[in-house]
Amino acid sequence: MRRVVVTGLGLVTPLGADVETAWKNIIAAKSGAGTITRFDATDFQSNYACEVKGPDHEYGFDPGKRVDHKIQRQVDPFIVYGIDAAGQAIEDAGLLDMDEATRFRAGCSIGSGIGGLPGIESESLVLAEKGPKRVSPHFVHGRLINLISGQVSIKYGLMGPNHAVVTACSTGAHSIGDAARMIAMDDADIMLAGGSESTVCPIGIAGFGQARALSTGFRDDPTKASRPWDQGRDGFVMGEGAGVVVLEEYEHAKARGAKIYAEVVGYGLSGDAYHVTAPHPEGSGAFRSMQMAVKKSGLALSDIDYINAHGTSTPLGDELELGAVRRLFGSDIGSLSMSSTKSAIGHLLGGAGAVESIFCILALRDQIVPPTLNLDNPSENCAGVDLVPHKAKERKVKAVLNNSFGFGGTNASLVMKAV
Amino acid sequence: MATQEEITTRVTALVVDHLGVDANDVTPTASFIDDLGADSLDIVELVMAFEEEFGVEIPDDAAEKISTVGDAVSYISEHQAG
Repeated sequence: MRRVVVTGLGLVTPLGADVETAWKNIIAAKSGAGTITRFDATDFQSNYACEVKGPDHEYGFDPGKRVDHKIQRQVDPFIVYGIDAAGQAIEDAGLLDMDEATRFRAGCSIGSGIGGLPGIESESLVLAEKGPKRVSPHFVHGRLINLISGQVSIKYGLMGPNHAVVTACSTGAHSIGDAARMIAMDDADIMLAGGSESTVCPIGIAGFGQARALSTGFRDDPTKASRPWDQGRDGFVMGEGAGVVVLEEYEHAKARGAKIYAEVVGYGLSGDAYHVTAPHPEGSGAFRSMQMAVKKSGLALSDIDYINAHGTSTPLGDELELGAVRRLFGSDIGSLSMSSTKSAIGHLLGGAGAVESIFCILALRDQIVPPTLNLDNPSENCAGVDLVPHKAKERKVKAVLNNSFGFGGTNASLVMKAV
Repeated sequence: MATQEEITTRVTALVVDHLGVDANDVTPTASFIDDLGADSLDIVELVMAFEEEFGVEIPDDAAEKISTVGDAVSYISEHQAG
């Protein structure tokens, strides 16, 4: 089987719009949460989120850096974030000048959980108020989920597989896993893979609020709201942003002297077949997803040093995931660290699995694991597991596992290791 | 009634905003597609913006004949309300 390695990274997050800034802030235990600025959310179920900051902010995002003005006007923010993160990754990999033969074998697998919700919302209002002749001619292709892959392929001339996963909050992990398989199966040599999301808009906050998924009790200090495994947790905090990696066939990367961050060695997928929003009560899908990923990797359970958990800070999900990890790893759980970076940047939904996989890769690179913020009083059944409370921790990191679980009962796990 | 000059200024601003081009390139003879990088859907959007800005209605058959900045200014000038 052809081996697949990671040779480029790109991030747009609430704590930084490039890889090093975001990572530095994650390790420094900063929080990206705050009162929503995008619209007046005072009367909403929750009025806080982890927003990507504007270009004037210390670690804000400048959309003009990699996305044409015209495209910015036409498409939803999730596409802008995705194009930028893909651009960062391709620059980082040193692949800006691929010849045509290489570009025939280079593709995209960049998805989103929801797609262009803010634009669907605003153009629906235009339709209602002004009629059909005022709806933007760019409405459809400015909102479609596969239009990150579409835009990126056009911008960089990538003529290989053009794919986009839609599996709610598992999207980012599935995108990377599917793309890795395309390379392993010889459909491509290079794949830009990841996920993006931007749904901090009235209908997004209202919808997740009505689904009883959002944290609501921390209006006075939103930085305390995302607190995975803590007894005081009360739901997830909406995040936004994008993560994209360059995946490359190992010999291809080696032949051109590319910097190799990690190897994607295991990918697991499963369905809960239980409920549209609630996780399986025994964490069955999570367990089987992780089990498959570790088995495929050929590693022993004791080789896994760090797990970046799905850990969204919801009352049910966090403990079920931990229970599944405990059952799978048995006594080996004592030697691994597991944290949730959603405590810092919120839940990036379709972007989460990709952004968090990048944090896993950086943990491998720097031999440090990111913290779980606000874990003041861990739930009872967390005993004996290092959940990296409050502060990052330097430790040996040779192999990592990333979990992502989504509405519909869809689960994905990735195992990566140092090369 | 807006003067030809006022219309030109406002049309130029809309074109700059929609197409992300330099105002100096938005000359009366500039073709939206050949000179300003627009595609057919960009023109649909621009025509909508002109309609909103000037309170004129530009039917599809008339919109199809607008290919330069000057064409747009002339049409608006001839059909503006009031």
